[in-house]
Amino acid sequence: MNILQEISVQLQQGNPKKVAEFTQQAINENIDTKTILDNGLIAGMAVIGEKFKAHEIFLPDVLLAAKAMYAGMDLLKPLLVKEGIPTIGKVVIGTVQGDLHDIGKNLVVIMLRGAGFEVFDLGNDVSPEKFLETAVKENAIVIGMSALLTTTMPVMKKVIDLAKERHLYGKKKFIVGGAPLSADYAAEIGASAYCFDGMSAVETVKRFTTTSS
Amino acid sequence: MRPTLQFLSDQLIEQIIAEGREIMCKLGIEIHNDLALLLMHNNGAKVDKTASRVYFTQSLIDNALAAVPHAFKLYDVYGNEAVDLSGFNVNFTPGSAAINILDSTTNKFRKPTTQDYVRYAKLMCKMNNIASQSTAMIPSDVHEKISDSYRLYLSLLYCDKPVVTGAFTIEAFEIMKNLQITIRSSKENLKAKPLTIFSCCPTSPLKWSEVTSQNLLDCAAYSIPVEYIAMPLSGFMSPVTLVGTLIQHTAETLSGLVMSQLMNPGTPVLYGGSPAFFDVRYETTPMGSVATMMIDCAYNEIGKYLGIPTQAYIGLSDAKALDAQAGFETSLGAALAALAGINNISGPGMRDFESCFSLEKLVVDNEICGTALRLIRGIEPKEDFPSLPIFEELLREKHLLIADHTRKYFKEEDYIPGTVISRANRSRWEEEGSTTVGQRAMIEIEKHIKAWQPTNLPDNVKKELTVLMENESRKYGMTKLPNID
Repeated sequence: MNILQEISVQLQQGNPKKVAEFTQQAINENIDTKTILDNGLIAGMAVIGEKFKAHEIFLPDVLLAAKAMYAGMDLLKPLLVKEGIPTIGKVVIGTVQGDLHDIGKNLVVIMLRGAGFEVFDLGNDVSPEKFLETAVKENAIVIGMSALLTTTMPVMKKVIDLAKERHLYGKKKFIVGGAPLSADYAAEIGASAYCFDGMSAVETVKRFTTTSS
Repeated sequence: MRPTLQFLSDQLIEQIIAEGREIMCKLGIEIHNDLALLLMHNNGAKVDKTASRVYFTQSLIDNALAAVPHAFKLYDVYGNEAVDLSGFNVNFTPGSAAINILDSTTNKFRKPTTQDYVRYAKLMCKMNNIASQSTAMIPSDVHEKISDSYRLYLSLLYCDKPVVTGAFTIEAFEIMKNLQITIRSSKENLKAKPLTIFSCCPTSPLKWSEVTSQNLLDCAAYSIPVEYIAMPLSGFMSPVTLVGTLIQHTAETLSGLVMSQLMNPGTPVLYGGSPAFFDVRYETTPMGSVATMMIDCAYNEIGKYLGIPTQAYIGLSDAKALDAQAGFETSLGAALAALAGINNISGPGMRDFESCFSLEKLVVDNEICGTALRLIRGIEPKEDFPSLPIFEELLREKHLLIADHTRKYFKEEDYIPGTVISRANRSRWEEEGSTTVGQRAMIEIEKHIKAWQPTNLPDNVKKELTVLMENESRKYGMTKLPNID
């Protein structure tokens, strides 16, 4: 097994210490930073994602693997910045204004970070302006909005309408999720996608960031 | 604490047993079997040979109760322990001897074939909540005189789990016994590690036919475990009250017990049954009736009181389709039976009054069994005291999804069902095809059957089984057995 495979395997086993150890070894061996990221860390998380979808492993296993991924990312991040290599994608996320329910959103944040995305978590009760300003400032392609209440769902439309006003609508992707949401509602308000759970959010963000890059 | 269910007080149990015994002694039991009559006569019972009626004595019953084992185990085809029939241990086994199968492609009832049976046996290997197989269907593509032994042969060949079975004729016992001895290599080994349980059914009211009583005696001679399947029908072939039916069930079951223990003291048995509360509208025997289930659980209490492991046909349904009725009747029965601690629960896969087997229902019922098995593990503290550390961790980490405590216990604190049970949110369910439970069950069936691997029974043993079965089939004019693969 080569060093990149070791990273992938240790990540799948949720072993942060070993992932950090092998990542450092790979760096020391002058393996290309992007190769370590793609063929070690992200490759391991891809296997985890597939197994989770097939019900072979469960959410705690996924999150543990994500934690191991952070251990590797912490070492790679300064090198990626130094070498000017972009992260696989940036996401601004929050629960919309008037809504304090953030359990589902928090799960999506954990899973997005686990998949290697840079996530700007704005918390809950987030105003439309804050969503857009942060996305512009951080150059994030994807804006994720969550709501648990039917009374706060319309704020999502406000965010999108404001984006249209500010000529950001075609430049950003708006993903929505939460218990009262549906694909129909997402289409109705002009959202780019509806994500029914954490894993579908990861897949959707992957799709959008790949397309935009 | 294991949750339990109780319908009868000890005082009521004693009254029911006393009444049942009085019926056995004063009204007698009709037994159409010369050997049984002789055994009874030689041991002090009054026998009216002309009427084939035996008037038991209290001491005869006491002696049988003193001889019967309080527990026994079943072993798989390799000789590994597989089923523990003791105390409040609960094991599920499929319903047995269906004359029909629900064809999943046409959605019509039809007679089962060898191919159906083999698919069933392969599927049974993967039913992780169902401890033993049963000879669930009667293949129609062999001579009817071998349709009982042929089921057992196929089960032993394609699945390694022990088998709940039964013979339809006196003659069939010989080959069914020989198939088992072939696997165990000797009569003594078979006795030491039972592989099957034979269902032996008295005929209500208060009667044993020649075939079933002879099967019972033959099993006893080889120490093959037997489950007595008394089938009183409340309001028709037994009193309409549940207590009245329980008295009759007691008399019919204890009469079988006496026969077994006279033939071979210490023969392992299950205090079982398949009673029903007769439906006076449709003239049917509903297994899904709540009164039927209550009778089952109550006679289980009587069996336990007598120190005998128990069995019941419960956790099945009278529904004709895989519908809400199938789900509620099966679930209620399985949950009640598990709470009551019925040791061998016969039912999964069966619908339409025990007459039609369905692989789709078997797959769904496997999840119901898993749910019931979780239920009876109850609620126990698991590193919950003191509780401050875990709550500190929750507040610190904002969630407990990867906490050691979570990872250690999440698989055992709940029962995690297979994909046949939809726990996805509606959007994901729609994305995955908006499937019905029946459609998901069909996918599971094909997945499991495709993944099936031949058992590790040595090839020479498999060959011997086939030679035995071929010889048996020739007796009835069959030149060869149906094609299997």
